[in-house]
Amino acid sequence: MNVRALLIAIMCMLPVSSWAQGYAGLGGSADGFEIPQRGYQFEFPKDHGPHPAFRIEWWYLTANLTADDGRDYGIQWTLFRSALKPFETEGWQSPQIWMGHAAVTTPETHYFAERLSRGGIGQAGATAEPFAAWIDEWQMSGPDFDTLTLTASGKDFGYDLSLKAQGPLVFHGENGYSVKSSDGQASHYYSQPSYNVEGVLHLPEGDMAVSGNGWLDREWSSQPLAEDQSGWDWFSLSFDDGDKLMAFRLRGDRGDFTSATWISADGSSMALSDGSTSFTPLETAHVAGRDVPVAWRVTLPDRGVDVEVSALVPDAWMATRFEYWEGPVTVTGTHEGRGYLEMTGY
Amino acid sequence: MTRTVLQALLSHWRAHRLQLGTLLIGIALATGLWSAVQAINSEARASYARANAQLALGQLDELRDPTGPIPIARYVDLRRAGWQVAAVLEGPYRLGTRSVHLMGVDMVAYPALPAIVEAEQSAAAPDPADMLTAPGRILASSELAPLLREQGDLPPILESSALPPDVILTDIGVAETLLDQQGDISRLVVLSDQPRLVPALSDIAPELQRFSPSSQVDTDQLTGSFHLNLSAFGMLSFAVGLFIVHGTVGLAFAQRRGMIRTMRALGVSMRRLVVLILAELTFLAVIGGALGLALGFFIAGALLPDVAATLRGLYGASVSGQMSLRPEWAAAGIAMAVAGTLLASGQALWRLSQMPILTGPGVRAWQDNAPARRLTALAGLILIAGGTLAYLSVGGLIAGFVLLAGLLTGAALLLPLSLSGVLALFARRAQGPVAQWVWADMRAQLPGLSLALMALLLALAANIGVGTMVSSFRLTFVGWLDQRLTSELYVTAVDDQQGQEISEWLQPRVDAILPLRTVELAHETGPLFLYGIVDDPVYRLHWPLITSATGVWDDVMTGHAVLINEQLGRRADLWPGDTLELRPGHVLTIAGVYSDYGNPTGQAMVSMAQLDQIAPGAETRRFGVRMPPEDATEMAQELRRQFDLPRQSVVHQAAMKAQSRAIFEKTFVVTSALNVLTLGVAGFAILTSLLTLWTQRLPQIAPVWALGLDRSQLARLELMRSVTLAALTACLALPLGLVLSWVLLTVINVQAFGWRLPMYVFPLDWLYLFVLTLLAALIAAALPAMRLLRLPPADLLRVFASER
Amino acid sequence: MHILRSKTGQAMLLNIDNIQKSYPGGRPVLKGVSLTLDKGQTLALTGESGSGKSTLLNLAGALDSFDQGEITLDGTRLSPLDDAGRAQLRRQSVSLVFQQFNLIPSLTVLQNLTFHARLAECQDQEWTLHLADRLGVADLLDRHPENLSGGQQQRVAIGRAMAVRPKLLLADEPTGNLDETASANVLDLMLALVADTGAALLLVTHSHDIAARLDRRVHLSGGHIQ
Ligand SMILES: Nc1ncnc2c1ncn2[C@@H]1O[C@H](COP(=O)(O)OP(=O)(O)OP(=O)(O)O)[C@@H](O)[C@H]1O
Ligand SMILES: [Mg+2]
Repeated sequence: MNVRALLIAIMCMLPVSSWAQGYAGLGGSADGFEIPQRGYQFEFPKDHGPHPAFRIEWWYLTANLTADDGRDYGIQWTLFRSALKPFETEGWQSPQIWMGHAAVTTPETHYFAERLSRGGIGQAGATAEPFAAWIDEWQMSGPDFDTLTLTASGKDFGYDLSLKAQGPLVFHGENGYSVKSSDGQASHYYSQPSYNVEGVLHLPEGDMAVSGNGWLDREWSSQPLAEDQSGWDWFSLSFDDGDKLMAFRLRGDRGDFTSATWISADGSSMALSDGSTSFTPLETAHVAGRDVPVAWRVTLPDRGVDVEVSALVPDAWMATRFEYWEGPVTVTGTHEGRGYLEMTGY
Repeated sequence: MTRTVLQALLSHWRAHRLQLGTLLIGIALATGLWSAVQAINSEARASYARANAQLALGQLDELRDPTGPIPIARYVDLRRAGWQVAAVLEGPYRLGTRSVHLMGVDMVAYPALPAIVEAEQSAAAPDPADMLTAPGRILASSELAPLLREQGDLPPILESSALPPDVILTDIGVAETLLDQQGDISRLVVLSDQPRLVPALSDIAPELQRFSPSSQVDTDQLTGSFHLNLSAFGMLSFAVGLFIVHGTVGLAFAQRRGMIRTMRALGVSMRRLVVLILAELTFLAVIGGALGLALGFFIAGALLPDVAATLRGLYGASVSGQMSLRPEWAAAGIAMAVAGTLLASGQALWRLSQMPILTGPGVRAWQDNAPARRLTALAGLILIAGGTLAYLSVGGLIAGFVLLAGLLTGAALLLPLSLSGVLALFARRAQGPVAQWVWADMRAQLPGLSLALMALLLALAANIGVGTMVSSFRLTFVGWLDQRLTSELYVTAVDDQQGQEISEWLQPRVDAILPLRTVELAHETGPLFLYGIVDDPVYRLHWPLITSATGVWDDVMTGHAVLINEQLGRRADLWPGDTLELRPGHVLTIAGVYSDYGNPTGQAMVSMAQLDQIAPGAETRRFGVRMPPEDATEMAQELRRQFDLPRQSVVHQAAMKAQSRAIFEKTFVVTSALNVLTLGVAGFAILTSLLTLWTQRLPQIAPVWALGLDRSQLARLELMRSVTLAALTACLALPLGLVLSWVLLTVINVQAFGWRLPMYVFPLDWLYLFVLTLLAALIAAALPAMRLLRLPPADLLRVFASER
Repeated sequence: MHILRSKTGQAMLLNIDNIQKSYPGGRPVLKGVSLTLDKGQTLALTGESGSGKSTLLNLAGALDSFDQGEITLDGTRLSPLDDAGRAQLRRQSVSLVFQQFNLIPSLTVLQNLTFHARLAECQDQEWTLHLADRLGVADLLDRHPENLSGGQQQRVAIGRAMAVRPKLLLADEPTGNLDETASANVLDLMLALVADTGAALLLVTHSHDIAARLDRRVHLSGGHIQ
């Protein structure tokens, strides 16, 4: 998913050119950072925690929720970690930078907030056991990865939710080794795509009880995108029949690179290689001064999928230091359902 | 047609080059001094703005622990509770003999600081990894950077134009190493975006106090009065310069009457003439204004370092010593030049436009316009009364300046009548025919010279007034220093621990140890520094109390009362018997008010025990040490050796006094410089007036000459006249100057600095000024006198023959 | 009236001998003028405008210096005198009345009347008042010159000149700025006073009538006495 989101976010926060330089000729080992290895054996719960030797990492939760009144909502809770150097140390000198993004999308509007911190002093971080990931008062934690509470708030919104996993973890690509370009850039990537979510949204109009389905992504890497890649479109779709689809397209000058994972209702998954999925923008909306596709046709002929994916609210723009579009979507066509869409580079 | 008329008008200047020069110089002087002051002020303001933006002062609330630094854990507690705060660790950083302000901010969480934004956007943007991790980077102004580079053991330096000259900005992680304050935070800046619900501060960190921007030191407000002072001087110089313009334009118009009459007779409308003359004046004003700007830029550049030193010494405000050319400043300067010139020419232009076409071209030699003089004097009286009334009814700094302006302009307007009266008196007493003529002639000259003499009066009064104020201040200040600095040595320990050790070590070796403990609190009038003192006879004997209740020291030492400094007393109108709330729940009666010069902020003093209750845990790092003065040097050396203290941590009383006096002297360098410049302009005004009067002088002199006074006699008399008039003006300026200094000391100073000073007079200074004035008058009259000496008799004879 | 005098036998008061004068940058104005004036003698100097009458009169009055020749005034040769010397001579030996601006504007009429006499230290209060009376300015003594009419101003000037009982009165078109009646009146007074005091008079005039009333008359033309 969004390797570059974090890069650019950090770049925007702090000087740019040196980063650009540092990455221009980046080869295999990145300045002492570890790089993802094919065939890596995940170790849990340890791998739910941070990997400071990798350059970038995140805990990325999205959820499609329904309120008592039957209306649809979406929330996002993300904690990014970015390492300036491949280690952690106590105090202000810590080279680990943490960034949180939280959002609530209602049928009418989109609320979001952002937090920044550095590691080393306890203001932000993550632990594997008991599991916790936090920045300031935002927190995702629980006795284990399957049972979590989630909280975040901004100037005019907030939420308190509890999450209960309904199925096993899903590993993308080759057992969690997810390739990002034809040049071989890759990340470690797994998900928990089926949390049962319940709780309360705090909105200016009042508190709102909600329930629905959550999807948590875990990913870490040290490698950027290929040089020609300008952005991506990432879909996580949950169909009403219980099947799920994670699919992304990295847009590049040399052509798109696509990848997908089909997750059956029983939790078993199947990686789909480059080219198996097709993405066609159907409709754009003018958001934050640019045209962003807010309705898509996604087809996966192998699985008989031909659906139209459209945004719940076109204006789900994250005007954070690094700007992108992230919001709930509804699915119609051969399959019906809901999901989340992330688009960058527009 | 326009061209022809313009050509004719401009031909005048070709024939009167000196006049043109005088006019341009007049405009340039007026604009120059004014714009110099403006440049200084705007440079200072820009520096404050930079500093305030950098320190986020005046915009955001802050959290502080009055008793000391905040630990990182507290910061994390607040953050984890949702409080959006940013950590700042700051302190003085020694650079050889100089101390700069080192400010470490959490560059990850802090709002975008101008210097950081600038660094990010520069071509050689630093790598964030370098900025945030060891050894880090430090940002400093281009003035400071070379000094830092010499230091050697500092992290790499990045230059920034967005930083004040004495601030080092760096990441908090770097700062804690440089300041050797690992894990400390000086203050937490409360960011503007807070989440919807945060717990109360008292639930998370009850020891922290929240300061709103209004209770913080606002440099702008603090230094406002100082700049008002400068502005007033700038305006005075401007006015004095305009006297020159007025005189020159008046003459030029009088001389061109014939030409204008002829042109009108030839069919050029008055309207067109007025428009063209306006255009001509504007053009000249722009040229003169441009010259003035160059002059002003130069003067400001020369004065700015001293102003910067003053502001640093007096208010701790940092101002860059470097000038930068601002377009809006230049535009304002030119606008002032044009407006001033038109204002000064208004009367002449109006008279011209009212001139009937058939009026003769003659310049009226002189008219004894007594009614006009009386009217002017009446206006002067009204102005004085108005200023006094404004002050009495409204009060405050602005009203104080209104009073000053009323007094000065009023007195200036009274001058012609007063001088004329004095001269009439002399004339009546005069015996010889020449003496009689000289007095009468001086009176005759008065209308033409009175503007210049008014300028001289203003300049002299300002000199006497400001000089008296400064000298009074100096005398008081030096006396106060002696009273206040009673300990032989002042010691600053590294921390509380070392403070303890030093105190124990010193105990058997010296007469007394006076710990000085201080915490910063807030009062509605601004920051308030609370000092704790121990009972020692030295306080009871020497402390400079201005007013006190009976038993003041007993009350203070037993913890029942508090002493406050004069600044706080005047600002908050607190006097003995009133009460002061130091912190919630700590209310004490004020037992006395002490004078406290050279310090802008409010202060209060309580007994050490009382301070411990109000702010427990405050560090005691400073001590006064009382001992035989002759042993002080040796003790200082031993202290430094014993505790490995740097030089500046053990300071001699004498050194401290010397430093204080040096700061004091710097404070008034600018004022004196402007004073001298104003006097110079006034001298020039006399010169131009004399030159202006020159053509009118011939009909006065020629008959006397024809009757048997030779030219050298006449030239001597000419010199004497100028000197006498200047001397008379100086005599009249003396009382005015004294009134002025009284107003400065008892009105302006109280408002501007917060203290009131006794007035002392310095007759020797007046004598010096008097001599200076005579010299100026002599120099001003020298040129016309020389001219007279060299004048061919034929020119004098023409008076009797040619049609005038 | 005893205007008749013998042309010889009287001591010579003013002797102008072959005087040449040119102004800087101009052609010569006087090209060798010679003229004598005895004590008590009255002489009219006529000539066209610009012929040099005023120039000659000013030289005779020690007001200006000349290029060549010599002027002897009451036994004093003028050419060796410096500025101060000439001023002294003016103070002591001549009285001057010009066409205009004779008076000191800043002084009152009385002060103007007595000014010359006091400079020469020969003030005679009674005589001055008598003069004021005769000249019809006795009521104007406290006024300033600018408040007087042209005729009044010239009468004051004559009064001032006569107040020192001068041996020589030099008058340059004293009535040139006045109308006919005023002119005649002022001139009559002047001639009468000159006659009464026995002063010599050198009068520059355009008027033939006036010239005819004096002892002698010379005409200046082309830089020479005709
Ligand atoms: N100060 C001077 N500089 C140069 N030239 C002069 C000066 N004064 C007079 N002249 C010239 O000398 C000449 C004689 O002048 P002067 O005044 O003696 O004439 P005037 O006979 O008195 O004439 P008027 O009857 O008009 O008074 C004239 O040509 C005049 O232009
Ligand atoms: Mg003439």
